[in-house]
Amino acid sequence: MNFYVEVIASVTLIFGGVFLLIGSIGLARLPDVYMRLHAPTKATTLGIAGVLIASCIIQSYRQETLSISELLITLFLIITAPIAANMIAKAALHHDIKPIDKTQGQEFIPSVKDRLPPPAKPNES
Amino acid sequence: MLDITIQIVGLILCASLILNLYRLLIGPNLPDRILALDTMFINGIALILLYGIAIEHAIYFEAALLIAMLGFVSTSALCKYLLRGDIIE
Repeated sequence: MNFYVEVIASVTLIFGGVFLLIGSIGLARLPDVYMRLHAPTKATTLGIAGVLIASCIIQSYRQETLSISELLITLFLIITAPIAANMIAKAALHHDIKPIDKTQGQEFIPSVKDRLPPPAKPNES
Repeated sequence: MLDITIQIVGLILCASLILNLYRLLIGPNLPDRILALDTMFINGIALILLYGIAIEHAIYFEAALLIAMLGFVSTSALCKYLLRGDIIE
């Protein structure tokens, strides 16, 4: 295999693997559910995109034709990761899971849970 | 050089899967466990693609696509069940 293709694919693969590891460490170590949602949905999506781009480069070089079918998975994951995160956050709010005490804006939790407009600020009207 | 890279990234992915399994086992609430399962699906896709690179064959791409779709469907079904107590109303 061509040396430069190998270097580019290896760098992309390492990039993706490191971001997947960062997402998993964040999932294991952050303190509550709403913080833990951030690590897998952002870092892991970037990591899987790196691995898929490396796979795209290598398969395109091996088959000597442009293989863009890997980009399908990237597109699908980029579309579905925010939807899954939104649904998990709604389920966590519905089950009354408390965030840690330093979380700002905790007065909005009941209105978000009941899907009402936010409460009026005291300095208005 | 690609062989060594594939081995290193495989080790990284195995460590990620072990961390996800730790969160899946100790997770204090149900949304934690669903989130850990979703992340395990994504790491599994990466591991399957890595195996597809290692054996120099493109047959495993379809498996990765199927697992991506099943992961999203199972995550949303579990969240829907937790939210409503029912999946198809």
